[in-house]
Amino acid sequence: MQNTVLTKYSRKTGEPFPNTRPGTASVRGSTMKEKIHTEKKLKTADITVNSGGNLLQKIIKQRQLVWMSLPLVIYVFIFKFVPLWGWTMAFQDYKPAKHILQQHWVGFKWFAFLLKDKEFILSLRNTVCMSVISTVLGYITAILIALLLNEVKHVGVKRIVQTVSYLPHFLSWVIVTGLVSAVFSVEDGTVNNILTSLGFIKSPVLWLSEPKYFWWIIGWTYVWKEVGWNTIVYLGAITAIDPSLYEAAEIDGAGRLQKMAHITLPGIRSTVVIMMIMSAGHILDANFEMPFFLQNGMVQDVAQTVDLYVLRYGFSSFNYALATAAGIFKNLVNISLLLLANWIAKKSGEERLI
Amino acid sequence: MTEADMEKIRAEYARARRRTAVSNKLFNIINFIILTMLVVVTLYPFWNTIALSFNDGLDSLRGGIKFLPRVFTWQNYKAVFATGTIFNAFSISVTRTIVQTVLNVFLTCMLAYALSRKEYALRKPLTVILVVSMYVSAGLIPCYFLVKNLGLLNRYAVYIVPNLIDVFNFILVRTYIQSLPDSFVESARIDGAGEFRIFMQIIMPLIVPTIAMVALFVAVGAWNSWFDTYLYASGKVNLHSLQYVLMEFLQSSQNQSHSAADAGALALAGSGAAGSMVTPVSIRAAITIVATVPILIVYPFMQKYFIVGIAVGGVKE
Repeated sequence: MQNTVLTKYSRKTGEPFPNTRPGTASVRGSTMKEKIHTEKKLKTADITVNSGGNLLQKIIKQRQLVWMSLPLVIYVFIFKFVPLWGWTMAFQDYKPAKHILQQHWVGFKWFAFLLKDKEFILSLRNTVCMSVISTVLGYITAILIALLLNEVKHVGVKRIVQTVSYLPHFLSWVIVTGLVSAVFSVEDGTVNNILTSLGFIKSPVLWLSEPKYFWWIIGWTYVWKEVGWNTIVYLGAITAIDPSLYEAAEIDGAGRLQKMAHITLPGIRSTVVIMMIMSAGHILDANFEMPFFLQNGMVQDVAQTVDLYVLRYGFSSFNYALATAAGIFKNLVNISLLLLANWIAKKSGEERLI
Repeated sequence: MTEADMEKIRAEYARARRRTAVSNKLFNIINFIILTMLVVVTLYPFWNTIALSFNDGLDSLRGGIKFLPRVFTWQNYKAVFATGTIFNAFSISVTRTIVQTVLNVFLTCMLAYALSRKEYALRKPLTVILVVSMYVSAGLIPCYFLVKNLGLLNRYAVYIVPNLIDVFNFILVRTYIQSLPDSFVESARIDGAGEFRIFMQIIMPLIVPTIAMVALFVAVGAWNSWFDTYLYASGKVNLHSLQYVLMEFLQSSQNQSHSAADAGALALAGSGAAGSMVTPVSIRAAITIVATVPILIVYPFMQKYFIVGIAVGGVKE
């Protein structure tokens, strides 16, 4: 509910209505009402006329709108739905040179192969672990920073922190991973420099080659890039909380931490749930680029993800059938997780996405 | 209540107030420290990279460059732009970003206008197709085959043709157009304007803030993309985008032996105007800054638009 309030507010500020003077508001209101009334009449008239004519006539009458939309929707259809036909590859011993009717159909052979393949299981585990670590860290930090930013009363300070923290969101993963490998480098890397000078470590550590650090480096890199951006949604939700709640709590003698815990956090709960449902559908495709760039021979066993598996079998070994099967597997898991999260949210009486 | 009791209560109250005042102050200080750390941690890697990119390559190898260059030089940037590769990649990225942004934003807005008209007979079915397409993804290999079958591999068009419509942005823009009063469109129709003309002359000027935000998203996405080059155009060197070239350079200086990366840097330097004073570290810093600066320049001006947009978009998901 709070979200609708927010929408109205942003619409109001964002919209350049001409000829809107405060004095004419009531007049406008009444004319609007009349208009809606006549519109309703017109519409019913329309329907009675149209029920005589058919849909085709209506479409011909609206051909300008058809020209503006239909070709573009067909375009989207070609690029989004037509490739689904390629899923047939996963059920064949696909040979690129052959026609579809000449392909040898093998049923679920490749799926069975996947579930027995140690490397695939390993990449499944890695993907889930990296996703969960990144997502959980991402939520905690974003909510925390949003709460802290909300407590900053100085507009200038707040502005600066926000502007700076959004910045990494706009950089590509190429640049971000480049910065990460520089920061964690053995030769004059910032992390090693700081830890050595503080005396925590005696000699520089090869951070990016240690399997036990890899997932955490991925997770914190995600946080570094997205934390500021992720706070936007929560800050929006916080501004929609009724201020009288805070006033009431103040009169009852609540401190700032208490107000945070008992008003702000419950106030943004529905937003958090919606964001969680949305991320549930991405558990198997988060983190494609980071492991791709940061992996090296030493961390191979923890860095291989499902996407990298697809890439490797598809484009290095040219086993298109296996790679497609892995891709289908990933999509099915993603969609079922999305629906499952949605269902759980529904059952527990929370707001839901679909 | 006696006077003494009142006194007690007053003292109690004063103490409580003092306590909250102290804890308030403490909270503000801790909050300020945490947020300052956030700012420092976010900015330092860039600052350091900028310093490195302006520092003499050989001198950087001694280490210890933090906030300011020790031996100032333009040499790294000269070396970067002296090679045709990076200059070409830069222009590919710039043109691709502009063309894709203009076409994508225009077509997405046009589609959004057409499907925002409640009286439009095809509105429902077409909208359903678009919304469902957001949740469907055929996967890497089938998409690759589609692009291949369309004859787009290793062509400049592969950057533009698959990216003409963004369905998420379509929903943002449509939501915004629907919030405008219908009377704008109706009165234009009465005056005899066609739908395309209404879209161009009435609707477009009204949705400028949304257009600005959507354009920012599309432009940043186009500028940052490297994977389409990797997948569809890596076979043709003069189609490589800046991010792709940076990626290749980073990968080579990270994974291969150092001598190979050094050789690459030396090749860059050799084709440059003078000297072999550049090293992989300084070249990497310079390319990173070249790839970052356009975003740094544009994004502060767009900030006010995208915050409104995110708020609206997050709701309508």
